[in-house]
Amino acid sequence: MGEIQMKNTRDGNFLQRVSKVLLARREASLVILLAVILVPIVVRSPQFLSFTNIDRIINDISILSIVAIGEFFVILSNGIDLSVGSIIAFSGMASGMLNEAYPQVPVFFLLLLGTGLGAVMGAVNGALVAYGKIPPIITTLGTMSVYRGLTFVLSKGTWVTAHEMTPNFIGFPRQSFLGISALIWMALIVIVVTYYFSRFTRSGREIYAIGGNATAAKFVGVNEKRIRFMVFVISGTLFGFAGSLWTARYASAVNEMATGFEMQAVAACVLGGVNFAGGAGAIPGVVLGALFLGVLNNALPVVYLSTFYQTLVQGMIVLLALVINTMVDQRKTRKLLEQRRAR
Amino acid sequence: MAETLLTIRDLTKFFPGIKALDNVHLTVRTGEVHALIGENGAGKSTLVKILTGVYFPTGGTITMEGRELNFKNAIDAQQAGIVAIHQEASMFLELSVTENIYMGHHLRHPKTKRLDWKGMRERTGELLKQLELSIDPDTLVKNLSVAQRHMVEIAKALSLNAKVVIMDEPTSALTTREVADLYRIVRQLRKEGKAIIFISHKFEEIFEICDYYTVLRDGQYIGEGKVADTSTDEIINMMIGRNIDHMFPKKDPNIGDEILAVENLSQLGAFQNVSFSLHKGEILGFFGLVGAGRTEVMRTIFGIDKRNGGSMTIGGKPYAPKGPHDAMAHGIGFVPEDRQRQGVILSMSIGKNITMPQLGSLCHFGITNAKRELEVTKTYGEMMEIRAAGWHVDADTLSGGNQQKVVLAKWIGTNPRILILDEPTKGIDVATKAAVHEFVSQMAGEGIAVILISSELPEILGMSDRVVVMHEGDVTAVFNRREMNQEQIMRAALGETKEALHG
Amino acid sequence: MAEQRDLVAKTRLIQETGWRNALIELFTKWEVLLGIIFVLMVVFFSNLSPYFLDYFNLMNATFQFSEKAIMALPMIFIIMCGDIDISIASIIALCAYAVGTASAAGVGTPGLIAIGLAVGAAAGLVNGLLITGFNMPAIAVTLATQSIYRGIAQAALEERAMTKYPAEFGFFGQEFIPGTMIPFELVLYIGLAVIMGFVLHKTSYGRRLYAIGSSPEAARFSGIKVKKIRITNYMLMGLFSGIAGVLLTSRILSARSNIATSWDLEVITLVVLGGVSINGGKGTMWGVVIASFLVGYLKFGMGLLKLSGTIMTIVIGTLLIIAVLLPRLLDGYKNTRKMRRQQAEAALQSAKA
Repeated sequence: MGEIQMKNTRDGNFLQRVSKVLLARREASLVILLAVILVPIVVRSPQFLSFTNIDRIINDISILSIVAIGEFFVILSNGIDLSVGSIIAFSGMASGMLNEAYPQVPVFFLLLLGTGLGAVMGAVNGALVAYGKIPPIITTLGTMSVYRGLTFVLSKGTWVTAHEMTPNFIGFPRQSFLGISALIWMALIVIVVTYYFSRFTRSGREIYAIGGNATAAKFVGVNEKRIRFMVFVISGTLFGFAGSLWTARYASAVNEMATGFEMQAVAACVLGGVNFAGGAGAIPGVVLGALFLGVLNNALPVVYLSTFYQTLVQGMIVLLALVINTMVDQRKTRKLLEQRRAR
Repeated sequence: MAETLLTIRDLTKFFPGIKALDNVHLTVRTGEVHALIGENGAGKSTLVKILTGVYFPTGGTITMEGRELNFKNAIDAQQAGIVAIHQEASMFLELSVTENIYMGHHLRHPKTKRLDWKGMRERTGELLKQLELSIDPDTLVKNLSVAQRHMVEIAKALSLNAKVVIMDEPTSALTTREVADLYRIVRQLRKEGKAIIFISHKFEEIFEICDYYTVLRDGQYIGEGKVADTSTDEIINMMIGRNIDHMFPKKDPNIGDEILAVENLSQLGAFQNVSFSLHKGEILGFFGLVGAGRTEVMRTIFGIDKRNGGSMTIGGKPYAPKGPHDAMAHGIGFVPEDRQRQGVILSMSIGKNITMPQLGSLCHFGITNAKRELEVTKTYGEMMEIRAAGWHVDADTLSGGNQQKVVLAKWIGTNPRILILDEPTKGIDVATKAAVHEFVSQMAGEGIAVILISSELPEILGMSDRVVVMHEGDVTAVFNRREMNQEQIMRAALGETKEALHG
Repeated sequence: MAEQRDLVAKTRLIQETGWRNALIELFTKWEVLLGIIFVLMVVFFSNLSPYFLDYFNLMNATFQFSEKAIMALPMIFIIMCGDIDISIASIIALCAYAVGTASAAGVGTPGLIAIGLAVGAAAGLVNGLLITGFNMPAIAVTLATQSIYRGIAQAALEERAMTKYPAEFGFFGQEFIPGTMIPFELVLYIGLAVIMGFVLHKTSYGRRLYAIGSSPEAARFSGIKVKKIRITNYMLMGLFSGIAGVLLTSRILSARSNIATSWDLEVITLVVLGGVSINGGKGTMWGVVIASFLVGYLKFGMGLLKLSGTIMTIVIGTLLIIAVLLPRLLDGYKNTRKMRRQQAEAALQSAKA
């Protein structure tokens, strides 16, 4: 029985075996794709791989990574969160306004505020989905408008500019610790913590269960309501945190900030191999997906495409990734069927 | 010394319109493999669902190790030590074997509460080794074969410290070698003092591995005893308890020309080199155990799935359906196995269900005509004697039997030349069952070619003019009404006849 | 005749279960609830502002929501079948770009309309083929095409706006039917709503939509060509997005790449608010039409009260959530009643036996 598996990998020469193992993991195929795309870019512009450029790319995707990880947990549980941009905007605006009004408040507290607000907004989402039993797409469609509207109400229509915020706050993302910017550190901390959560805690694994087979999960005692609620609280928290960082990084808080950002978050997840049906995907993949997007965006000028091509290129890459993922899955099912006959 | 482990007394379960269980008794001891025997619809799966906390009994008691049990949900049953081996629907395909076994009760490091993967992997490895399975604990379940997934389920039951393990038709999709593995595991569990409730249709299994048996029929307890003290005939008698002739009104067949010819039909992973012919006015039975591939063949004939090889002709002309609509255009109707998901549309009215396949022809330029629809509904609804408050009533309010009548009415309304019925009497009350049989005979009498897929031997023997037997995707035998007998059909279904015959 | 029989059966049902039940059934019907809210809204606003119940104002207000209402029509079909399409606003952008470019190249009004509709239908067809051909989730695919279609417009237009259009082109989006004060857009909407409503409720196509949404497997097993219908739905959606695109461009006589942003979600809101279940298989045309007018005039009324656009957004978002939450609570109530009735029946049976 198990022998059938082993027989397959023993087939073929070394190169075939290596590629079989690699292609088996979605993340690995993404790495390969990334490498493949990098080749022509680096050839055309060798300084693409310079330290400053890499540093720029990673800084660019730090916030995206945090947000994508939040979206990841929701998609993992077989849902979707469209209120991303609005939660970022509200917490970002709140942080900015607090900084403007009370410049002596420490940066740590500003970040905490954003995170806390995000958690509350996520909790509302979670309550509606888990207890109100409203499908996530409708819930977040509604809260997307509500939170964005609340942002306007909070700001009374105005916005916060760089001059109105303290250099402590705006400069924070760029502060360097051990050669790495604070922004990247924030992202790294989030990645490490969420990775631990998703691999080494019961609740984290139960999210996989609910997303993969909710009936079976309930059968073994997983509390569906609790998990669905928790998932939105996590995403809301991460979005809120990202919101404060956003305001600091871009040194501005405007009402329209992060509009449409849900697209990028979901794109990073799709590229990272997260399955829309739920139950499959991993944090490393999501981060890779975000990295992929970052490289793409950064590479546009290298291939003489204006930044106006960004949306189009992203969309095409996501579509390509979707098609590839689907076809890979179909091939795997076919292989399994062939195996059965080989008994 | 075997003690009584689980006792069920006077267990009764009502559903609207049906008495599924009627004062059923069951006694299971430690270290015992207990066969639960009965035809389809006898009440076995209802009993299992009550034991696993999915249904609540209407009456009766369940006692385990002396204590009376009252399950509020599935978890209670599990904690009491009763575990059922389900089909695939209860596995997490994207997760590893280790995780499937431990989901819901992952092991943790005592101090940090961090998940102890190493520990879980080791324990899973041990469990698998105990069962002598060479599966890597890290394998994702989606990459395992059906047999392997079964074994993982058993391992999971063990990890939950099950005292009573319920296996429902566990060997249905297994090869002979895998079945031997399963027997070995069952014997081991028995040695460890576990009790196994073994549900099976296959008599050699029952006589090979089971110690005791209990027979159910139409929801009632018929009898129990030691397997060693009884015989196949005696058990069959208890199962059926009636003269077969009364059950199946077999009219004299009026068999005409060949209408459908299937040649070497193959589908990757499902069946291969299937050949048979079907004649007008004939009832062609298709027998086999679960997983034999019969439904897959019919789905291909009806155009739902694609074929990978072979050919078909209808009335002599080549037939290659692009989809169900194509099959219907050729006069084929299909009553599917899954009544609620594939047969009827539950949230629609009876009338709308009946007119659905022929909707196009009942409309003028696509516009629906309520009058015409009502005529059709009445004609076929009354023909099938559907019992309901009105034709506008939603299908989900009907009993299983009535729902099946709706499906039949729907297809008869299309005036088919060929009617395929997939387990048409599964889970239906006895009265409706007889009505369906009567009806099928009538249809055949009027010249319709009927394919009848069934897992109930008595039904196949009673209804068919010829029987095609399948085993794991191969046609293993074709019998004439004169030559067929139970034993031969069963052996063919188990794959014990090595030659694949072409009918 | 059929209706008579149905009526007899229904009256008997009412007699058996009581008038109270009948009233509950009626008032928990979505369309009725929407109608009541609509009336309440009219009363509310007409009391607060003398300009609300003004004929010309009411007619003028429809310009703001006619295009979205038109797009809500095929969206009903899509959601009814259990699918979704969030690329519709981007299809508008693509059509607007195509029309603007064609106009700049000198193409006349009939040609512009043809191009707008053709581009829309083509984009919708692509959506449909991708989703059914590869069996990919609709939300993921239309998320990608949302970027692709708008991305094309963005890459081509950059920051520019296309503003050159033939004189007659502005008729469709700005003018009224000659002699009356009824906007062309409104008339077009009502005409399309009647047609689509007829298709949904009185044709075999519509019946099949309900079947697919209720049980895609059973629909397939009944010979319904599910793939073909889904592709047709997406093509219709694209076509109507093209219509909306032409109307919008005609109305504002300008096309930028950020045209109609966020319209996709607004249109979906209209459909869901109208009582169409996001899981498919339930809903009526009436509900969506009432919802479209409800939201449209709600915004108009709020505008009259000088409420900012943001308050409007909050209100609409909240309305959507309440609109979905309420029936679940109602369903739960209905279900407990049903279960109690069933339990009573079962108990009765066991007592008889």
